[in-house]
Amino acid sequence: MLTPVTPTIRSRPVYAPLEPRPGRLHLMVADGEGADALIELLAKANNRSEILSSAHVIYAPGPNGTDRSDVLKALGLRQFFRAPTIPALLPRLVRVLADAHMGTQFYLAGTEGLIGQAEREIMATGFPMGAIQKEHRGSTVRRVQCVHCKGITENVATDPFKCSHCGLNLFVRDHYSRRIAAFQGVNIDAEDPGQVPEPVVRFK
Amino acid sequence: MSLDFKPGAFDFFRDETFRESFTYRNSNPLRFPFPFDRDDYMYSVNMEPHVPGRKGTAFEHILDVDEHYVAEMIDRAKVLADDPLRCQSLPHMTLAGWDLLELIMEAKARDYPQWFSLTKNGNRWHWVNRPLGIEQSFTFLDESTLPYGPFEYITRQTQGDFSLQDERDNDLWMDAGMITSQADWSLDFDIGMSFMEWHAPVPLAHEKGVFDRALKFLLKLQHGAPVRRFNWTMTVNPLLDTAPETYPKWGPTKTTLTQENLGAKQHLRVELQSLYRLPRSNAIAFDIRCYLCSFEQIVTVPKWARRLHRVVRDLPDELAAYKGFLRNRPAMVEWLSKYDDGAPTSPGWWPDD
Ligand code: HEM
Repeated sequence: MLTPVTPTIRSRPVYAPLEPRPGRLHLMVADGEGADALIELLAKANNRSEILSSAHVIYAPGPNGTDRSDVLKALGLRQFFRAPTIPALLPRLVRVLADAHMGTQFYLAGTEGLIGQAEREIMATGFPMGAIQKEHRGSTVRRVQCVHCKGITENVATDPFKCSHCGLNLFVRDHYSRRIAAFQGVNIDAEDPGQVPEPVVRFK
Repeated sequence: MSLDFKPGAFDFFRDETFRESFTYRNSNPLRFPFPFDRDDYMYSVNMEPHVPGRKGTAFEHILDVDEHYVAEMIDRAKVLADDPLRCQSLPHMTLAGWDLLELIMEAKARDYPQWFSLTKNGNRWHWVNRPLGIEQSFTFLDESTLPYGPFEYITRQTQGDFSLQDERDNDLWMDAGMITSQADWSLDFDIGMSFMEWHAPVPLAHEKGVFDRALKFLLKLQHGAPVRRFNWTMTVNPLLDTAPETYPKWGPTKTTLTQENLGAKQHLRVELQSLYRLPRSNAIAFDIRCYLCSFEQIVTVPKWARRLHRVVRDLPDELAAYKGFLRNRPAMVEWLSKYDDGAPTSPGWWPDD
C-alpha cells in the first residue's frame, strides 16, 4: 500500500498510486517496497505486455534491507538492473536519460530519498514534471540537509538527530527542496546550547 | 572590488558595523519606515503602487540610498567572503540580471546624481559609483566585460536583498538571489522553488488565501508599474545577516535581553519590499530592503511607541513563534508598556498625523 503522507506544508512532496500510461519507453526507478508498486501497476495495466516489452527497471534494495530483485527479474521486463544502493544506481539512470526521448513515461516508487534523487536527475534533463509519477512505499526515513554545513544525512529516523557531517543536533523540518532532494535540518539547541530533547523515532 | 571605508570622503555615510561592535544607529529615527498603520497586525495582501513618496523619508526615491549604504555594502562583502552560496543565479537568469542592472543604474543615476552616474554610448556604458569608489566601463549584455555576473555586480552595490523570479507555467520560480540580510531563510535551500513552495513555512497565510491572491496579482505585474509591501520581524542587535546558516552563532543572543538592555539591543526589523517586472526577461525582481531601528529610538515617537506595544502584545502566538520572538515577547511587552499611556492612535504609519 502507498505509504500515507500527512500533507503539512506546501513544499512537502505528496504522492499518488502509479497509473499505467501510454508511452514509448517506460522507465521505472524503485527501491525496497517500491517493487510492489511496480508489480501492482503492471497488474492493473490492460496493455501489460506492451509496457513489459518497453520497460526498463532500475532498482536498489531499500534502506531497511527489503530486496525484491528476484520478483522483478521474473516479470519478463525488457531491461532490469539491480544496484546495491541508491548512489550506485544514479549514474546508470543518468546514462539512460541521455538517450530517453520525449514520450518516455517515468515511474518512481519507494523511499522519498530514491524518488527525490531520481526526480532531480530526470528534471535536469528537461522532462516535464507531468511525465513523472511518484508513489511512496516502504521506509519513511528521510534524506536531510543540514542548513548549517550543507552536508546531507541519509536515512534519518529520529528527530532530532546528529548531523553526520558537522555533528550539530538538528530538528527535521517538512520544508523540502527538490533541487537538493532533501528535507531541511536546523540546529535545535542554537538558542540554548546543550539543551537537546531526547530523540524520538519519527521515521521508520 | 575591495571596499574600505574612507572616513571624511563622504561625511554623509556612517562608518558603522552590523556585527561584533554593533555601532549601527539611525541619525534620524523619523526616517525609519514604521510598518504598522493600525494597532494590530495580521497577514494580508498588503500591496500598493511603488511610487516616490514623502521627501526626507525612505519613500522619497524608488531605491532608497541612505546613510548606511557604504557600511551595508562592506557587510555584504564580508558575508559573501564567508559564504559565496548567499549569491546564486541559475544559468537561465543572466538576462534578468542585466535587466536589474539597468533598472538600478538608471534609478540611482537619476535620483542621486551627486553619487552615481551612468553614461551610454550605444551598448558601451560607463558607470561611476562615487561612495564605493567604483568606476567601470562595460558592454551592456556582455558578461565578459564585468568583474562579476551582472546580477552579482549590481547587487554588491545596492542595499537590500534581491531575488529574481522567472515566470513559467503560471507560477514564479525563485531562480536567482543575493541574500545576505535575510530574516532567517536560506537562498541555497529555496533557490529553484515555486511561489507556494518557498512560502510553505509561513503559518496562517496559506489558509487565508493570501498567497493565492498575491501570486495572481504578481502574475499581472506590468513593466513600469512596480508595487511594494511591508514585512517585519524582530532582531536582537542590529545584525543584518540573520541567516539560518549561521543561526548557531546568533541564536544565543536571543537569551541576553534584560529590562535594562532591551531598549538598546532589541530592534524592529522592517522589510520594505518592492517588486518590478523586468522588460527583456519578463522576470520579476524582488527587492527586500531591510531597515533596523532599536526600541529605544522607536519610542522617541509617541505614536509609534503606543502602537508597537499593542501590536507586539496582541500578535497571534503563531506569528510570534514564526518570527522567532515568542520567548522574548513578555520581556518586550513589559518594556514597551511603559511607553503606552492607552491614548488612541491616529490611522496610518506616519509619526506626526
Ligand atoms: C515574488 C516575490 C516574493 C519572494 C521572493 C518572497 C519570498 C519570501 C520568503 C523567502 C519568505 C520566508 C519564508 C520562510 O519562512 O522560509 C517569505 C515570507 C513571507 N512572504 Fe513572501 N515573497 C514574495 C512575495 C510576497 C508577496 C507578494 C506577499 C504578499 C502577501 C508575500 C507574503 C509573505 C508573508 C506574509 C511572509 C511571512 C513573513 C513573516 O511573517 O515574517 N510574499 N517570502
